Amino acid sequence: MDPAAQTATLRGRVTSRWRAPERAELLLGALAVGLLAVLATLLASVFTQAWPSFSHNGLAWFGGGGNVNTQLANIYHSPADPKHYVYTLHAWPLLYATALSTGLAVLFGLPFALLAALFMVEFAPPGIARLMTPIVRLLAAVPSVVYGLIGILVIVPWVNDHLVDPGFKLDVKPVVPISGGSLLVAALILAVMIVPIMIAIIADALRAVPRSWIEGSAALGVNRWRTMWRVAVRTARPAIAAAVVLATARALGEAIMIAMVSGNYIFAPNPLDGANALLEPIQTFASTIVANAEGFTVKPFGQTLYAFAAVALVSAAMLSLAGWAARQPLRRYGIR
Amino acid sequence: MDPLSPPPPIRRISLDAPPTVVAPAPPSNGHAPAAAARSATAGSARERMRVEAVTIAYGSKVAVNRVDLPIRQGEVLALIGPSGCGKTTLLRSLNRLTELTPTAARSGRIALDGQDVDVLEVTELRKRVSMVFQQPNPFPMSVFDNVAYALREGASKRPRRAQLAEPVELALRRAGLWDEVKGNLDHPALRLSGGQQQRLCIARALAAQPEVLLMDEPCSALDPVSTTRIEQLIGELRPQIAVVIVTHNLQQAQRVADHVAFMYLGELVEYGTSDQIFHAPQAQRTRDYVGGAFG
Amino acid sequence: MSALAPPPTAPSPPRTRPRDSAGSWPLADRIGLGLCWAAGISLALVAGAIVVYMGYQGLSQLHLHLLFDHPTGDVDQSKSGGFLDPIEGTLLLTAIGTAIAVPIGVGVALWLVEFGRPAPLARAVESVVEVIAGAPSIVLALFGLTLFSKPVFTFLSFKPSGAQEAFGRSFLIAGTMMSLIALPLVVGATREALLAVPNHLREASLALGKTKGATIRRVLLPSIRPGIATGATLGMGRIVGDTAIVIVLLGATLGTEPADGGFFPANLLRGTGSTLTSYVYDNSPAGEGNAPEKAYAAAFVLLLLVIGLNVVAARLSGGRAGGGPAWTR
Repeated sequence: MDPAAQTATLRGRVTSRWRAPERAELLLGALAVGLLAVLATLLASVFTQAWPSFSHNGLAWFGGGGNVNTQLANIYHSPADPKHYVYTLHAWPLLYATALSTGLAVLFGLPFALLAALFMVEFAPPGIARLMTPIVRLLAAVPSVVYGLIGILVIVPWVNDHLVDPGFKLDVKPVVPISGGSLLVAALILAVMIVPIMIAIIADALRAVPRSWIEGSAALGVNRWRTMWRVAVRTARPAIAAAVVLATARALGEAIMIAMVSGNYIFAPNPLDGANALLEPIQTFASTIVANAEGFTVKPFGQTLYAFAAVALVSAAMLSLAGWAARQPLRRYGIR
Repeated sequence: MDPLSPPPPIRRISLDAPPTVVAPAPPSNGHAPAAAARSATAGSARERMRVEAVTIAYGSKVAVNRVDLPIRQGEVLALIGPSGCGKTTLLRSLNRLTELTPTAARSGRIALDGQDVDVLEVTELRKRVSMVFQQPNPFPMSVFDNVAYALREGASKRPRRAQLAEPVELALRRAGLWDEVKGNLDHPALRLSGGQQQRLCIARALAAQPEVLLMDEPCSALDPVSTTRIEQLIGELRPQIAVVIVTHNLQQAQRVADHVAFMYLGELVEYGTSDQIFHAPQAQRTRDYVGGAFG
Repeated sequence: MSALAPPPTAPSPPRTRPRDSAGSWPLADRIGLGLCWAAGISLALVAGAIVVYMGYQGLSQLHLHLLFDHPTGDVDQSKSGGFLDPIEGTLLLTAIGTAIAVPIGVGVALWLVEFGRPAPLARAVESVVEVIAGAPSIVLALFGLTLFSKPVFTFLSFKPSGAQEAFGRSFLIAGTMMSLIALPLVVGATREALLAVPNHLREASLALGKTKGATIRRVLLPSIRPGIATGATLGMGRIVGDTAIVIVLLGATLGTEPADGGFFPANLLRGTGSTLTSYVYDNSPAGEGNAPEKAYAAAFVLLLLVIGLNVVAARLSGGRAGGGPAWTR
């Protein structure tokens, strides 16, 4: 122990002395700070590249009006002269479709995940309960391109053959091409992809409910279902909220699968079409980038793609951070 | 101090209990005193539960071995014995809480008002035989919701708050907590003090008007003042309810209990009235335990 | 006295009734229970369907030669070869990505747990790791493209003749961005492992007069090796499964094409190629090719690889309690 620290203790004062950092701390600290620098560069790069698209459109960037597909084509075919770059874009259909697909996925995924987590933790017979964990892990591990492949080769054709009404298809043909690739398939597969995340978090929280509460409820003559529902799920509410936030973040970041199954046409599904709105094609912010990645070399087009990236990044990353922060206090009580 | 001579008498808190009758010198094995005690107090205490030749095992380890006991309304039965003697296991089997442990198995018969508890629906049973645990375990809800919990979840139609107000107040009064919480029933239960929480748990257990109240070392986590209050409570509850209390504290057993069952290594060594067990124990083991030779 | 006798021989007792059977519950509760069962069973069915379907398609389409033949890009599927190059690409990218992610991730985790001062800096670093974890990989891919197109980074890829900017796409570049998506998993697993090391080990080492750096090297690192391995394996799983970075940053050539000039291994690392994921994407109706059979075969191999990595990761972590959402990213 260095003499100065020794003296401090001998004097009996409880002081927190600033110890000079040793070499290991400096080295590792530099690494950590380097990471900060990487993220800072990432953010700076994304926002500076995205800025022209936002500045040319102002708030109308988020508004509606016009066919985004043609707008993108126009941007791609901008003249070579920087002064005449075309940036016009009204991305409302993308915003709407992203919100809709994510919202539907979470809407269907959450109750399903909650019930499955309850099943896994309490109601499944021991043999089946043991099987559930690898099953959930398996679903989480499947790469998005494989989900996309199954979607585009199996589900999309099925939807096209069995769910799409040919009359409807013909009616809307001038406006939007219906081919089976749609909001429905995208939301469905997205739900399957985010359910494992939610199950894992919720099941952990259910297991962490103090046993004394479960026993206390049972000892009062309350049956197992009510005990789980009124005591365990209620206690796990913060974890359920965190699970929803993290699942939404994951859904917002999904690009490949959606690009493969969503019909590859930017469109805002029309609620006036009723149930058929689900069969209309969409693109989300992330999936549009993937679908249009080859055009990146054309400068204004690349900057527009960056604008999409900025929106996707901010929404997904901020939600991810929020979900992580929400779970921090829970860790103190052993609820992960 | 001679370990074999009976310990000096301890002053009992006087309660409104029917005076216990000291049974004539009981025989030396654990099974007959039940009959003797019952005949001595017949008419003053109605038998509510009966434990007959109950054996409980966790896997291959036997925790309770062929125990017979009566449990009567108007009486407090104390189960005493050193750690690991099976008294908590026996208590938990009375409301079939042992079934929460997958490896537990039970033989013998436990009857509630003559009916085998295995035949009853377990939720029905537990509404009639309530339990208070060692560590107070109020739910993370308000005081009102805690006490009303059993009433809300027991009924098939969810009762409205107005309907619940009266039973909740009654339960809290019986538990001696009403005056302290009546001002703010929506206060979170977890913010109460330890003693208050335990009384809340007692109120919660009483809300469904049980016939038998099981208490597993209810005061071991509490300070002396709270302990005294809860012991008073037990005396007040005694006329309407059969109380079975597991306790480590011999003085508490003397203060509170009418009948005492001493268990050791899963066996019922001796059963008798409180005076008998503490002042004139028949079995050597009982003498040793009560005299403090082992704990 | 019977109390002194040894405990009796084993009992009998079988349970007479199943605990709390649902037959007596109110209807709403029984419906709830039924829904739970339905959710659990359908989850298992979905997983089973995916595995069985991919297995069926994969096995029927996977001929051994596909694993060992180079792809030829021929439109005629019987002549278009196999996917050896995509397999090479996947392995190469995973190696590069993990080689970068593990030292950096372990270093950051060590700093966070062992030092971590000043506290606001530590919180900032933790937040950064979470933001990177949540960032869509397509965004990271775009960022990589812009960054590494700058002429100063030519050494990482190459400069197409007559161009001002570097090509910006190569194995090295894609591998570097892949390391970013594996990084949070490595940091997380290493942190958990470090937090599980009891404090008295550190104190013992410090009491012997060793510096913290030496303590880390001699005491901590050896004991957290399984945790690091778990994190690395989880990271590998994520790298193997990623498609967006590959599509943007690997140059979209079907075969592995080393850069001109220079020699092995530098020219390979600076070259372009494809991976199993981009191969599947390209051969599906979403990409250019229209060879669903090859896509299924490659997807099957990919799935096996990812599942294998996850099984290894699960074994390594030995079912520790923290095994929860670490693997859900």
